[in-house]
Formats: sequence, C-alpha cells, structure tokens
Amino acid sequence: MDVVETVVRYVFLGAAACFVLGLHLMNTPGTARRGNLLSGGAMAVAVAAALVLIVSRGGVTATAWIVMILGVVVGSVAGAHAARAVKMTAMPQLVSLFNAVGGGAAALLAVAHLLQETDLAHLGARITVPGGLDIVIGTVAFTGSLVAAGKLQGWITGAPVLFPGARVLTIALTLAATGGLVWLVAAPDSLSALLLLVVAAFILGVIMVLPIGGADMPVVISLLNALTGLAVALLGFVLDENLLIIAGALVGASGTILTKLMADAMNRSIVNIMLGGFGTGAGTPTAGADPGAQVRTVAADDVSIQLAYASKVIIVPGYGLAAARAQHEIATLAALLEQQGVEVSYAIHPVAGRMPGHMNVLLAEADVPYSQLKDLEEINPEFSQADVALVVGANDVTNPAARRPGTPVSGMPILDVDQARSVVVIKRSMGHGYAGIDNELYTAPQTGMLFADAKQGVTDLVAAVRALVR
Amino acid sequence: MSTELILVVTIFALSLLVGFEVISKVPTTLHTPLMSGANAIHGIVLVGALLVAAEARTPVEYALGFAAVAFGAANVVGGYVVTDRMLHMFRARPAAGRQPAASE
Repeated sequence: MDVVETVVRYVFLGAAACFVLGLHLMNTPGTARRGNLLSGGAMAVAVAAALVLIVSRGGVTATAWIVMILGVVVGSVAGAHAARAVKMTAMPQLVSLFNAVGGGAAALLAVAHLLQETDLAHLGARITVPGGLDIVIGTVAFTGSLVAAGKLQGWITGAPVLFPGARVLTIALTLAATGGLVWLVAAPDSLSALLLLVVAAFILGVIMVLPIGGADMPVVISLLNALTGLAVALLGFVLDENLLIIAGALVGASGTILTKLMADAMNRSIVNIMLGGFGTGAGTPTAGADPGAQVRTVAADDVSIQLAYASKVIIVPGYGLAAARAQHEIATLAALLEQQGVEVSYAIHPVAGRMPGHMNVLLAEADVPYSQLKDLEEINPEFSQADVALVVGANDVTNPAARRPGTPVSGMPILDVDQARSVVVIKRSMGHGYAGIDNELYTAPQTGMLFADAKQGVTDLVAAVRALVR
Repeated sequence: MSTELILVVTIFALSLLVGFEVISKVPTTLHTPLMSGANAIHGIVLVGALLVAAEARTPVEYALGFAAVAFGAANVVGGYVVTDRMLHMFRARPAAGRQPAASE
C-alpha cells in the first residue's frame, strides 16, 4: 500500500464515521438537517478521495474517463432534478427509484467486476459467493423497487396483482437463482451462470412486489431499502472496500428496523405481507358489527361550533387526506382553532401514508409545527381528554374492532379515537378501508359523519369556523 | 477461511449493530427523512462504480460502468438533496408555529 492508498483508506474511515454521526444527529428534528449535511459532505469527500486513488493508480483509458465523467454528470443532473421537482406526496415513489438505482448499480458492478477479473480461479468463493448474492439481491431490489414506484405512481394498479401459478413461479425462480449461484461458484468464468442469476432475479423482483397491495407499501419500501443496503455491503465484499460494507450495513439496519416497525404497526408478519393478497375484498364479512346500526350525519356548521368551542381537538389524518391534497386546508383549520385558544394536536399512526413517517413530512410541508405531531403511544392516552377527534381520510387504523379477536384488523395497534368525547369523520361514503370491513367507529353514538371529499369537507369547515369567530 | 475474510465479516457485523443502535433512536416523525437519508448513504455505490469503471477495457465494461456510475450519481445527489429539502421543512417550525399561539 503506497502513501496515497493509505491516506485514502483513512479518509474512507472518516467518511464512514461521519455517516454514523449523521444518522445519530437524525434523532431530533433540530439537529437532523446538520446530520444530513455532515453525511453528504463526507460522501463528497469520499468520492473525491476515490478519484484521487484512481488517478494515482493510473492506467485509466481515455474512454473510461469519458464514461465516468458522463455518468456522473448525467446521474447528478437527473437525481438533482428529480429531488427538486418531486412533490411531497410523491416522496415514496422517489425513494423507491433511488432504491432501484442503488440496487441496480450494485448488481451491475458485481457483474462488471466478475467480467473484469481474470484471476477468478484463485479468488474462488471469496468473491463469487458475495458477488452472486449481490447480483441476486441488487437485481431484485432494482426491479422490485421499479414495480413499487410504478404502483405508487399509479402506472401499475395499486391493487394486489394475483395470477394462477404465481407462487410456483416464485419458487421456481428462487430455485433458479440458487442454482445459478452454485453454478457461478463452481465455474466463476461462466457467462451463462451470470446470465441465469440476472434473469431469474430480474423476474423475481417483479413477481415479488406485484401481489402486494397499496396499503402495504410502507413495508415493501422499507424492505427493498434494506435489500439495497445489503447489496451494497455485498459489493463491498466483492471489491474489498470497507467503506461500502459499512455504509451498506447501516442502510440494511435502517431498512430492517423500519420494515419491522411497519409490519408491527399493521400487526402482520413480513411473510404474510410478501405473500400478498391483503385487501382484495375477498375476506370474510365483519363478524360483530351491528348491521342495523344507525349512522349520524352532521353538517359543517354544527361541526364548526363544536370545534371552535372545544378546549382540545385531535386531528387524525390518514392517507385520504394526502390523496385529496388537503394538508394545507387542515393546517389552516388548525391554525384558526389555535387562535381561538383551542389546543390542537395531530394523531399520526405509523402507517399513515405510503412510507414510514410520510404523514409527518406532508404536514410539515403544510407548516404544521412538529411539536403538534404525536405518534400512537404519545397520543392515545390523550384521546379521553379530547373534546373532538376529527378523522380525515383515515379508516382501518381507527377501527375499535381491532381490539376484539376474530376480525381482519384484530391486534392491529389503533388510535383510540373512540375514547374522545365526540368524533367527527370526514369521508366521502361509508366505503371500506384496505381491510375490507365496516368501521365500528362510524356507527358509535358519539360519532358524526360529515360526508364530503376530504379537501371540500375541510375547506367548508374552515369557512364555517371563520364565519363563526368573525 | 482467511483472516482477511474474518476481518471484513467483523466489520459488516459491527456496522450492522451500530446501525441498529443509532437508528432505533430516530423518532417516528423523522422516519421518511431517515429513509431517504439512508438511501443517499447507499449512494456510496458511486465510489465502487468509479473504481470499477476506471478499470474498464471492453465496450461491455464501459457500458456497465457508465450505467453504474450514472445510477450511483443519481442516487447520491438526489438522495441528499431531497432529504435536505424535507428536513428544511421540519427546521424552523417550532418557533414559527408556537409564537402566534403563545401571544394569543
């Protein structure tokens, strides 16, 4: 190892440390931005150090330089443009796309490295095992994330896509990928083995994500994130670059934690989600909901009086709010109520939105102070002191049926909205949520239903409250 | 099994544990920026892409190198920019949001 190489290794170590510190700073909103800047700065330094290393090693062809420069320019422009232009509601798609390119790059590089390496016979399984795994996992993350992004964007139906033989195909593809891996280890210079791995993983990624419904997207995105991290770490094993191993492991840990949190929040196992089919409406009809139960409808004027004279209001936003783009209206309503001395907070279920923490970002964009955003554990004890709980676009996560066994939502952690003195639900119709069952909250005696589109309903409320307090 | 392999596996295992430790402390409010920030970190694949692309000699390798470098660069730049954009929205909030309420 010459001097340059040594210095670069230490710089890489410093960068890895900064990634960890950056993630550590993310543990409060106040320091999070600094953490991200630290991490980004370390990344820039690491890339610069890699370039220094490449120059000092020498022997790079002119074409390779052009390829690298063009690649960096094209990628940076595309990435920066996407990052600036994206709407906050479309954040899950963008994160999926970044997942896809990261995983895709990791897989491509393992392929490229195996093609370049002429001395594979000597390296053997030390390179081919992580290399083959990287190709499979990276490619699955690539196509899986693209399908997830397509579903989120609405280009592919958000409903679970199930077709006969899908499970057999999944098993066959998994076997093919495993076979390809064994083949690659036995014959490291076999092009056919590489091809088999890539093709099997390519289809496997598509088949894995297609049957998963829109409501399960937070889990899927987290899982794909973990896979991409793992692919990058495996690439680190192949290229013998510790920095890639450390960074990949950090992402893998983050994705794994989020996957578990999301799955827990839906009270479903990851296997159950990956098998898919949830929310097809094929489930058994609700047991226990009283079919003759009366629904009480309320008008915006009545609700506005309730809200304006309340001392504590809890807003329960769900994805319906974001889908109707009513975040700004709800923030206006909340600000108006605060001016009247009403204490307003938001109850955010972990799976409100299409990715972990999505609802918080959507509300932050609408200038809601983050101190008002409360998570499940924090807000649930407060519902009993709330005069009004205003539910906008949330359904299954408020269903008291989850507390009883024997329903599709049983055991799912829910927001204790029914504990509030009075509940108002803004909803277009009595339609079902993803679980496909009646929400018992809607027929509870303290609940009033305001039938309207989320945006229209909240806008009406804002107007009514304004008229009242003028 | 060589000591070199044990070394890299050790690094991987310890990094994983550090990751679990650090990330489990991130509040739910910040989970989206956390994920997109973590996304940006796996953009480190760009470093790998550059190292591999630098050794490319054949058209196939150039093509693979270009795709990987472009993917990696998009991942890094996009990831950090969008995370910063999100965290910026979280930043000034408490002061701005609290004051009008307090002055009522």
